[in-house]
Amino acid sequence: MALYSEKVMDHFRNPRNVGSIENADGIGEVGNPVCGDIMKIYLKIDNDIITDVKFETFGCGSAIASSSMATELIKGKTIQETLQITNKAVAEALDGLPAHKMHCSVLAEDAIKLALKDYYDKNGIEYDPAQFVIHDDEH
Amino acid sequence: MKKERSYQKVIMKIYADNAATTKMSRTAIQSMLPYMDKVYGNPSSLYTIGQEAKEALEDARIRVAFCLGCDPKEITFTSGGSEADNMAIISAARLGERKGKKHIISTAFEHHAVLHTLNKLKREGFDITLLDVHQNGLVTPEQVAEAIRPETCLVTIMYANNEIGTIQPIAEIGKVCREKGVTFHTDAVQAVGHLPIDVQEQNIDMLSLSAHKFHGPKGIGALYVKRGIRLTNLIEGGAQERGKRAGTENVPAIMGMAAAMEEAVQNMDANTKKLVAMRDRLIEGLSQIPYSELNGDAVCRLPGNVNFCFEGIEGESLLLLLDDKGISASSGSACTSGSLDPSHVLLAIGRPHEVAHGSLRLSIGEDITEEEIDYMIKSVAEVVEYLRNMSPLWKDLVSGKRQHIFLK
Repeated sequence: MALYSEKVMDHFRNPRNVGSIENADGIGEVGNPVCGDIMKIYLKIDNDIITDVKFETFGCGSAIASSSMATELIKGKTIQETLQITNKAVAEALDGLPAHKMHCSVLAEDAIKLALKDYYDKNGIEYDPAQFVIHDDEH
Repeated sequence: MKKERSYQKVIMKIYADNAATTKMSRTAIQSMLPYMDKVYGNPSSLYTIGQEAKEALEDARIRVAFCLGCDPKEITFTSGGSEADNMAIISAARLGERKGKKHIISTAFEHHAVLHTLNKLKREGFDITLLDVHQNGLVTPEQVAEAIRPETCLVTIMYANNEIGTIQPIAEIGKVCREKGVTFHTDAVQAVGHLPIDVQEQNIDMLSLSAHKFHGPKGIGALYVKRGIRLTNLIEGGAQERGKRAGTENVPAIMGMAAAMEEAVQNMDANTKKLVAMRDRLIEGLSQIPYSELNGDAVCRLPGNVNFCFEGIEGESLLLLLDDKGISASSGSACTSGSLDPSHVLLAIGRPHEVAHGSLRLSIGEDITEEEIDYMIKSVAEVVEYLRNMSPLWKDLVSGKRQHIFLK
């Protein structure tokens, strides 16, 4: 059996929403070069809705696929809906990830949360910090 | 807007991972077949087909010994390079500790078959010195001489590195060890069949080899041990291999190994000449990619080994996209090994983690063509550029937010 599911390979080979957004309403970046993966998510938000999302990723196949899938999952969603999306949802949407690659989906969840937090911070909107707990990734 | 990546149709299939394993040669395959269904007897049996198998086994031993310049009695067949490494190191350690000598010298970038065995001995109370391999991936005989102490029982230094292909000054290191009376082992898994070896001229006391690295079968190898050095059994049982390695001999594989080794040694000069030219063409081409660097010395290098680091990208995604272009390669990225750290070899030559994750090894075979080399250069350049375009790390390097590691 191949290392990755067909869906992972599809999102890796044809990543959706690659790029950046000028004057993004929220930007979230997680990971670091020493660990070998960095994920950056850009959000455009109108009336509480994610109207556009882009990503840039430095990392392995599953990191790129996880970013791509995560952007697809949140596009058009409300902020509250987006906050409900977990790393498990990203991994499931990709028909699963190998155990040692699950942290790639965690990076995707965290990058989105940081981008939303950035949006709240920029706009002075109050929020419950508990909703933005970032995983201390086991790097 | 959904941006779809259009895929160039695979036009070539290039196996560029010969350091991992090689395609078996027809000669090796043919030489194995009679020992599967005709001369299939157990070499320990006394009837004719057993004794025929025994004769074949001893004939193979003579041929392997001839390729290394040693006596057939000095060859022990093993399951491969890892077993040979384990057996050599454990044997030297057991001999050493009997004399109260519990110091071993090696290098930081050995194969794990060596490093993990040394770690095991360290837990038993052995003192292990790992020599620095410098930025070029080479140790010097002077370093070895300086590190040897009265209680040193073994120096084990690989002949050629499996990742970056650097070739150590084995004969000179052997000379130092001989002068100081210390046993010298070399893991020559990447060297046998590719570089000229003569264990006597090169002052080698023990040498490990593996057949599948020179177009022989997998699961078979050998350990050369100079007469007078007592081996410690790793596997107990029957009296095979002079009682030092139990288990019915894998006669077909041994015959395949002997045939492949002879073939490799016979064709070595022509192969080397061709491979070095191809290797250097590939190195030259990949050097044109901005912010990339060759890993390991450019000259003291295996004829078929090319290893580069590229800034701003990660190795696993590079390998997957090269696979889509028909190229089989390998990387020292953490993500390709399942561990969190990138290759210990790249770290040992001083590559920082961030570029070690972006490494690529292309180990070419003797049947490579110029056209294939050029296709690989073009493909790697395309994939590196594509991945850099989606890499936030690369963006930060270009904008100056982060410092480049390479000069150009």
